[in-house]
Amino acid sequence: MSLENTENSMNNTELVKQSLKKRYIKERVFKLMGLFSIATAILFLLILLVDIASKAMPAFSQTKITLPINLDAEKLGLDVSSSKQDMMGADFRTVIRAALLKQFPEVTKRKEKRALYSLTSMGAEFQLRDMVIENPDLLGQSIEVDFMADDDVDAVIKGSIDRNLPESDRRVKDQKLSWIETLEQSGQISTGFNWHFFSSGDSREPEMAGIKGAIIGSLYTLLVTLALSFPVAVAAAIYLEEFAPKNRFIDFIEININNLAAVPSIVFGLLGLAVFINFFSMPRSAPVVGGIVLSLMTLPTIIIASRSAIKAVPPSLREAALGLGASKMQSVFHHVLPAALPGILTGTIIGMAQALGETAPLLMIGMVAFIVDIPQSVVDPSTVLPIQVYLWADSPERGFLAKTSAAIMVLLFFLVAMNAIAIYLRKKFEKKW
Amino acid sequence: MNEAVLNELAEPPTGVNAPPETEDSLNIEYTDTVGQPMCENAKFRTKNVNVFYADNQAIHDVSLDIGAHQVIALIGPSGCGKSTYLRTLNRMNDTIDICRVEGQILLDEQDIYAKKQDPVLLRARVGMVFQKPNPFPKSIYDNVAYGPKIHGLTRNKSELDDLVEEALIKAGLFQEVKDRLHAPGTGLSGGQQQRLCIARTIAVQPEVILMDEPASALDPIATAKIEELINELKENFTIVIVTHSMQQAARVSQRTAYFHMGRLIEVGETDQIFTNPAHELTEKYITGRFG
Repeated sequence: MSLENTENSMNNTELVKQSLKKRYIKERVFKLMGLFSIATAILFLLILLVDIASKAMPAFSQTKITLPINLDAEKLGLDVSSSKQDMMGADFRTVIRAALLKQFPEVTKRKEKRALYSLTSMGAEFQLRDMVIENPDLLGQSIEVDFMADDDVDAVIKGSIDRNLPESDRRVKDQKLSWIETLEQSGQISTGFNWHFFSSGDSREPEMAGIKGAIIGSLYTLLVTLALSFPVAVAAAIYLEEFAPKNRFIDFIEININNLAAVPSIVFGLLGLAVFINFFSMPRSAPVVGGIVLSLMTLPTIIIASRSAIKAVPPSLREAALGLGASKMQSVFHHVLPAALPGILTGTIIGMAQALGETAPLLMIGMVAFIVDIPQSVVDPSTVLPIQVYLWADSPERGFLAKTSAAIMVLLFFLVAMNAIAIYLRKKFEKKW
Repeated sequence: MNEAVLNELAEPPTGVNAPPETEDSLNIEYTDTVGQPMCENAKFRTKNVNVFYADNQAIHDVSLDIGAHQVIALIGPSGCGKSTYLRTLNRMNDTIDICRVEGQILLDEQDIYAKKQDPVLLRARVGMVFQKPNPFPKSIYDNVAYGPKIHGLTRNKSELDDLVEEALIKAGLFQEVKDRLHAPGTGLSGGQQQRLCIARTIAVQPEVILMDEPASALDPIATAKIEELINELKENFTIVIVTHSMQQAARVSQRTAYFHMGRLIEVGETDQIFTNPAHELTEKYITGRFG
């Protein structure tokens, strides 16, 4: 067909017109499909978030019972000059029990008494003890104290135990319910923000369990991970990108870095158990071992991200530095690295976020243990946020249901915060050339 | 360079409308370099230089002297090896793994490819300006101060300030940027950026400046400024400039070397090359019959 033929070119216009319609339909269908996929993804995300948030809400408030307490110094065997040691050993439980009995004098049977005493949390006596240790002048006085309520009371107040169920189906029996209602009517029951959740370690009692131990444990673990993986990974990336000769050995290393990124994380946990704990006798359940294991896992991520960031630095920048007589090292550290920094930092934070959410390898090195104390250093036994979620999800008490969701929210908060930092750093260090 | 020649270059005489000749139709017979590749008072002496990229030979047996305190222009069609040759002069080709240089390149009679020659020291003596302006993503001041800083050329801040100012003045940029020395260098216009790159090179106080098509990315006004600058700089520096523009070569250089397919075809005084080329290929190139 000759291009000069006018008749043919008329036909061509017609042909193009016909095909245009088809093309536009295809485009519209594709756009709609894309929109639909995004809408679906957002919908699922919303469902997930709303579900977690609504389940977590009860965990952020705590029911309290206000009781008048007579801190009889003689009964406690203490006076203002008593040492801290003595105060730690003093029997504050009886004081609280006395207060409860005074409130409900009709209770006399042993079994009923025991039920009455379980209105306040097991932690109530420690709460009172700590108050007295902090302020010994309280001894001998009568004061009103807001005690943490037991998780059953908490559940009744928050409505997660239905008061209208027949007694046989209800965890809280009629008698206890009547006490709770009496206290409610006299205004002795109040709810407040659950600071305890953020200031204490794990516990077997849902109302006393807090997330602080896991947060600190995660923090220590991530610190070790960052301190190990960032310098090593960046150094490796710089060497491979800028200095390494192009030969088979380097190719082999590159392939294996990519392979390493695909290794299931539990394998790293087994390695940590076998090498660091069994062979090097490092402490079990400690953030230091967790950090080492997680840095093995995040190394390939950071190396790959850093290499592509370094690769993206325009060669003209290197040439400019070399042309001025900078050594290879100077050109890399003065110009290439600062230009690649946003990419490297983004990769690092993504790697860190991955490490923060990682559970499997840490199970293998004992970080799944039940640990009440808040870790004071990287060698103290501790647990981490995702494992805390796992542990609480595993507990039967109703109170832990909310705690589990609350722990997930805390974990998500840290992940979002880290990603926000990544975006901020990228924007801050990004330079145009 | 006289006006008549420039005009002739700008508008090729009629009768040159024949289709461009191809490599085959030229029926080239490679001979030894025509003209005067040697010169007195040479800064660089290159003897039988061959450059290979893996198995491909990019430069064939080039021998050329580069006179001190003058401008030599390297011209030739794309891919003829003039940039490659330029980059052998400060060993920038070292950064390319597969590149191999043979032959002798003497700077002040010292072989720059000798084992004991340090490429970093060499590049401090032989500066380079690139085709695309490539200022560092730093302030104007830091761009110029970078070279003196890494080489330790100044003892204190005020000396460095003076050096930066002097370099910017020599590059004809100081008046335009004196109020914003700490603004980013990448915020300047293309022509200003290129002059900044020249200032940066001058600040190291090299003996030779290599320029790889320094004005090819610039508009005519910026180009004119760069050319003016080159004319001033030759008082203090030896300049080797690669250019695609024959008018530019005619305007700024004292000697011109014509490269073709990796071979040095002809070298001579610029006036002579453009008015009376000795080699058939040179003549065809400068009259625009291929390129």
